[in-house]
Amino acid sequence: MNAIALPVSARDVADARNDKHFRWLLTATAVFVLVTLAGAALSMLWGGRSVLASEGLDFFFSSDWNPVENKYGALVPIYGTVVTAIIAMLIAVPVSFGIAFFLTEVAPRWMRGPVGTAIELLAGIPSIIYGMWGFFVLMPVMREHLIPWLDANIGPLPLIGKLFQGPPIGAGMLTSGIVLSIMVIPFISSVMREVFLTVPSRLKESAYALGATKWEVSWDIVLPYTRSAVIGGVFLGLGRALGETMAVAFVIGNSVGFTASLLEPSTTIAALIANDFGEATETYRAALLLLGFVLFIVTFVVLAIARLMLMNLARKEGNR
Amino acid sequence: MSTIALSARDLAAAKLYRRRRLTNIVAIGLACAAALFGLAFLGWILWTLLAKGLAHLSLSLFTQDQPPPLEAGGLRNAIVGSLMMCGMGVLIGTPLGIAAGTWLAEYGNHRKLGTVVRFVNDILLSAPSIVLGLFVYAAFVMQTGGNFSAIGGSIALAFIVLPVVVRTTDEMLRLVPVQMREAALSLGVPQWKVTMQVLYRSALPGIVTGILLALARISGETAPLLFTAFGNEFFSLDATGAMSAVPLVMYKFAGSGYENWEHLAWAGALLVTLFVLAVSLVARTLLLRNKVAND
Repeated sequence: MNAIALPVSARDVADARNDKHFRWLLTATAVFVLVTLAGAALSMLWGGRSVLASEGLDFFFSSDWNPVENKYGALVPIYGTVVTAIIAMLIAVPVSFGIAFFLTEVAPRWMRGPVGTAIELLAGIPSIIYGMWGFFVLMPVMREHLIPWLDANIGPLPLIGKLFQGPPIGAGMLTSGIVLSIMVIPFISSVMREVFLTVPSRLKESAYALGATKWEVSWDIVLPYTRSAVIGGVFLGLGRALGETMAVAFVIGNSVGFTASLLEPSTTIAALIANDFGEATETYRAALLLLGFVLFIVTFVVLAIARLMLMNLARKEGNR
Repeated sequence: MSTIALSARDLAAAKLYRRRRLTNIVAIGLACAAALFGLAFLGWILWTLLAKGLAHLSLSLFTQDQPPPLEAGGLRNAIVGSLMMCGMGVLIGTPLGIAAGTWLAEYGNHRKLGTVVRFVNDILLSAPSIVLGLFVYAAFVMQTGGNFSAIGGSIALAFIVLPVVVRTTDEMLRLVPVQMREAALSLGVPQWKVTMQVLYRSALPGIVTGILLALARISGETAPLLFTAFGNEFFSLDATGAMSAVPLVMYKFAGSGYENWEHLAWAGALLVTLFVLAVSLVARTLLLRNKVAND
């Protein structure tokens, strides 16, 4: 008995040892990924510490960005980032909902696959292509048609008029917002489509059986059921819009002077970094690193909210 | 009396019905318009690319280096640089990604650390690429004396590859039926062999799809390369020095105002887009075939 069992148990020992090593290796990799990410993020803060020390809170609330005099008030890029992202979401969210509604309820079955794939192809196009397209194609259209019209018709209005006054340059927050919206539509709409498909068909069929229209089923049944995941998808798109670089760098105009008008050149955090970092001096680089750290924290929070919202629906599905 | 009340109610019902139907028609119309809006922009962008880029695609793109303004030239140095850095990015990111993804699916699935890693990975998946470039600048380029290098660029690209591969490996391994694991384990096969020889074999098409999708994503990336690989006007194979990439050249050339530079930028744009679309189509068909085979 022992004579047979011994060689087997020797092999068992080797197997157990290998298993342990294998497990250690994999765990180490996973932890390594976490640690690298945290380390890289903190190294940005470390790189920008000198500017944070000298500027303090002025970094966030002053609009005086003057590298020559070592003044770094990042209000303009922060404002530009937020405003372009808001414009993008105002356009992208309704359109994405329309596309998801179209793909799940309206379109005939044979059409859903190809149209869905085509929209997702939009997501695969590199962002620099959007930038070049915006620069060479959209900007002339804005300059010659949309901006003069906005300036003449909405510009004189009280309150919101200030946002729509300006010379027809073409580059600015409105143009950037439009390009961004086209970029994030595929992300938001594909999340929405996926979560709409998770709605149990007996819920929808019950509504149809009571005589509900397609719109009522989507708005009153599908949307409430998937609400948290839809918000998650919107935040996912928002995270993209806040951090998008190349597309914006081409069409924002890259000016650090403050302007309320959406039609005049401005800048965003990402575009400013992309434009200036290569030729910047050491202090200026520190300021840009700090700005990058701010962008990282903001997008991290937005994306974390998105994931939590999306997880909500998954949990609901699991409980069903 | 009763007939009048009834007809009033009927009238209200008919009005409500008409309004509901009208809302429905308007909503469906708007949905169609939204889909058309998306498709129109896809068409518009692709058409622009073809109209502006097709005329400048030629063999000299691949045989000549990037020129000074107003001189003839190609994109050879940038194409070679792109291929090298994307290749190195995939080579760095894939093994790490597969290992971390395997840990998530096989060991960390129901543990707190597993939840944290998955959560952070999902965030990394959509983190702004310029921030990843700054990461590598602060954590690698600055630490190595401030020298821009192709290795730095590859690491930045690997940061984009990593979460994609982790995610697909994790998902694909979790799709492998439990019975397959149990069957192998009950034969006395150790866990690491089960993973290497049974699970990977079954999940391979999915994992390859993930790698291809990651490749498609990094081949058009500009922002993470700006302060890591930096760009180089000359042909270079030296991984420790600055290196060019097609998107970097496009960024420099597109708004320059020199006609020949802009032509090269559009040719590069078309080249990159065709590559990206081709790779993602291959990935898609691979995934589709795998799905059908599993059914």
